Amino acid sequence: MNALGAVLVRDMRIAVRVGGGALMGVLFFLVVATLVPFALGPDLALLQRIGPAILWLAALLASLLALDRLFAADHEDGSLDLILTGRAPLELVVLVKGIAHWLTTGVPLIIAAPLIGLMLNLDAQAAGALVLTLLVGTPALTFIGLIGAALAVTLRRGGLLLAVLVLPLAVPVLIFGVAAANAAVTGPVPFGTPFTILCALTLASLVVGPFAAAAALRQEIE
Amino acid sequence: MRLSAFDLACRRGGRDVFGGIGFAVAGGEGLMVAGPNGSGKSSLLRMVAGLLRIAAGRIALEGGDSELTVGEQAHYLGHQDALKASLSVGENLRFWSGFLGADSADIGGPLAAVGLDSLVDLPAAYLSAGQRRRLSIARLLAVKRPIWLLDEPTSALDTAAQEGLRDIMRVHLAGGGLILAATHGPIGLDGARELRLDRVPLPLKETAEQQ
Repeated sequence: MNALGAVLVRDMRIAVRVGGGALMGVLFFLVVATLVPFALGPDLALLQRIGPAILWLAALLASLLALDRLFAADHEDGSLDLILTGRAPLELVVLVKGIAHWLTTGVPLIIAAPLIGLMLNLDAQAAGALVLTLLVGTPALTFIGLIGAALAVTLRRGGLLLAVLVLPLAVPVLIFGVAAANAAVTGPVPFGTPFTILCALTLASLVVGPFAAAAALRQEIE
Repeated sequence: MRLSAFDLACRRGGRDVFGGIGFAVAGGEGLMVAGPNGSGKSSLLRMVAGLLRIAAGRIALEGGDSELTVGEQAHYLGHQDALKASLSVGENLRFWSGFLGADSADIGGPLAAVGLDSLVDLPAAYLSAGQRRRLSIARLLAVKRPIWLLDEPTSALDTAAQEGLRDIMRVHLAGGGLILAATHGPIGLDGARELRLDRVPLPLKETAEQQ
């Protein structure tokens, strides 16, 4: 699919250039996760216990940052009109835009997470488990966020509405992501149980997200 | 190829913009849609492109690809230029020609036709309004589509560029394409018919309901 490849390349280029959202997300993630040890003080046992939760929260908020521009920018400059006159199905275009968004905002978070893990006193095993849960879970955040981004497309300042719409839907991902990361460190639940549910959440959002977002875009384009 | 519309009506924000509009354009013909501000010229083009819901009536295309909608066989040149400021002139055009399904990856020819071939590596952020418009017009040349829906195509263009656009439109018509253009002034296409939206009386809702 030539058309979809073109969308992927374009969105990734825009994200990494000046004014793109790729670096903003990872910088926000780093800042939030760095501030927490300063706020809580040097209690290593406490940091180790809540470390995965902090990193997951920071990842959730960071992935929301660039999301509100995902469709709104295309709507404002008329690109969305032309995308609708293209022959590629809108659902697939939305899916590819989601993938490009995850590659430019989700993947840098995953790479930065072990470094921040050191500051939160996470050992190698915990950091590994955390990276694995973020790798599997952050696509779900992006694809759930697509729905909110599509619903808020015609609003001038849709960022807040986006957060209100998306964060409740992201709660299950947060619960099972943190549970899996914690299970790898402290138990008693085996790592596999919450991790499998996390995988299922991601797969479901991968299917539902693009269809719901495309339907929302078709409604709002008028 | 023949594009026809029957008894089209447009409603925006609860207000009837126009009603009872009909037209037919065959391949090789141009139709100028004229009328004052707010008469629904842009809305009419967006309806044909499938970007606006049709309140009443229908649009039919004979001789096109029956697998595709009218919008998927049409170029829509709207008020917005659909360019990304952080991408270069070449990257912007290459994206649209790839996305809209161009036969060849060549963008040099279309860029030369609108006089932007020397700016291919310049970020679109630095283009003037007229240059942005010309880059949008290059999209029409990069991807072959039979129906052109042009909304105020000459806006922001200087006289030389307007003449160039006229030539581009003549070549398109001579190749059997058809053009629907919304315009305020004369666009200078010989033999193009005109559809005036202000002369069409709006359907009187009250009298219709009383009967």
